[in-house]
Order: sequence, then C-alpha cells, then structure tokens
Amino acid sequence: MDKIRALIVDDSSVMRKIVERSLRQAGIDLDKVVEASNGAEALAALQTNTVDLILCDINMPVMDGLEFVRQVHTVESAKGVPIVMITTEGSESHVVQALTAGARGYIRKPFTPEQVKEHVLPLLGKKP
Amino acid sequence: MSTDISFVTRSHEENWLPVLELAVEEVFEIMLGCRVRPAAQSEHTPSREFTAMIGLAGALCGILTVCCSAKTAGHVARGMLGDTAGSEAEVVDALGEICNMIAGNFKNKLAGTDERCMLSVPSVISGGEYNLHSMANGNSVETVLLFEGAPIAVCLQLES
Repeated sequence: MDKIRALIVDDSSVMRKIVERSLRQAGIDLDKVVEASNGAEALAALQTNTVDLILCDINMPVMDGLEFVRQVHTVESAKGVPIVMITTEGSESHVVQALTAGARGYIRKPFTPEQVKEHVLPLLGKKP
Repeated sequence: MSTDISFVTRSHEENWLPVLELAVEEVFEIMLGCRVRPAAQSEHTPSREFTAMIGLAGALCGILTVCCSAKTAGHVARGMLGDTAGSEAEVVDALGEICNMIAGNFKNKLAGTDERCMLSVPSVISGGEYNLHSMANGNSVETVLLFEGAPIAVCLQLES
C-alpha cells in the first residue's frame, strides 16, 4: 500500500493519537499525520498540506465537523479526498447530514481498530 | 442494545441504570480493553480528585459526571494511550473523552432520544474541594463501577 498522508481533526489530543494508532493497526502506512483541533484549524491546515484521507470528529468548538465537511470543498487540494467522521453522535440525522455534506464514512465512538480498518481501507482502494 | 423511550420515561431511575451501566462497560471494554463491573456504592466511595462532566440538551437535559481519584484517572489515560501517557493535560483529556463517549453511548441506546439530544464539549475539574450545583433538579441515576479495583462514579442528573 502506498504511504498515506492523513488529516485527523478532533478537539481531544488523546483521541487524535488513538485514531492515528488505529490507522497504523489497520495496516495503513502513514507517511504524514496532520492534526487539527477543530474545523477551522483543519481548513487552515489544508491550505499548506495535501492529504489523502481525512478523519473528523463532529462535536468541536469554533467550527464543528459537519460545517468543516460543508466547507472543505472550497480548498482545491482537498477536493475528492475521502472524509470519515469519527464521533459520539450516533443518530441517523447526524449520519445523513454528514453523508449529505460529503463524508464517505461514519464511525461511532467508542470504536475498535477493526471498525477503522473496515471503513477506511475501501476508501483507499484496499480490501479490509 | 436499544431501549424504547416510551418504556424508559415511565421510571427513569429504575430503567436507566442498566442502560447507563452498559454504556460505561462498553466504553471501557472497547477503548481500554478492560472490563468494569458495577459495585455496591455503600462499599466503595470514589474520590472526586478528578471530575469530568458533559452537558446534555434537548430531549434529555442535564449533566453527566464521571468522578475518580487522580491515580485512577492516570490509569484510565494509560489504558487509552499506553505507558506514554503521564502529563496532567493527557489525563484530563482522556477522562473528558471517556465522559463524552459514555454520554454519547448512553443516549444512542435510547431509541428516539439520540436524534433530539445534543452533547456539549466535556469539561474536567481537578481537585476535589468543590460542590456541584446542577440546575437539573429532576431524576438522578448514579452507579459506581470498579476499574482495576478502584471505584469510578458515573452520575446522570436530569431536569424533571
């Protein structure tokens, strides 16, 4: 598998580390991990970083994950980059909002590394 | 597990306790790889050196708190991050996330409630010398669970 550059967006640094560890446990060879603690920081990070995959929380201060997904298409380099939401918000309406806004996957916290593998690998063209 | 809200609303205290305990057990099992089990509150009084709290608004309106000793909070952080976790910032962050996931997991188990209930971002108090005065003056559901032999108290206070 080619090396992957990932953007992980979560207001918890602990959760960002757990998501990164889960990606590695899924067998994803990470070339670079960019971190952001909210949607606004993530949009700013995408101005100077090109990534292959975005994993994003929903409940965050400043700019939440749903708003980030709605705005991410304004960043040219991020167009077409798969986004997977990882969040405690498990309601159908949140899932629909996220997928309608452009997210390609949805993982509910708490999550296992296997769930990350199952949802993320197909988006990178790999079998889980 | 999913619970019918019409059944649940008949008796919060009686019916929500097992749902809350299951939500806590699942979070610890999935995120820390360990089992926690409910314990008799009379035999285990958790320290309040660390208190994580998160607000609920909408169909459920109130606050969920997670209280434990500093030592236990450190164990929780190491359970999530491995032995590298050590700073107070990491301990605070880890406990806040546990509280967040318990609240989310709990409301997701109440069919019909998860759609109409929002969570705040979590906050954490370190230091046990405080009194918490919640404006949620309705039902209260509390459980104490043992994590590596140490008690953790999880309390849900809701507006009536």
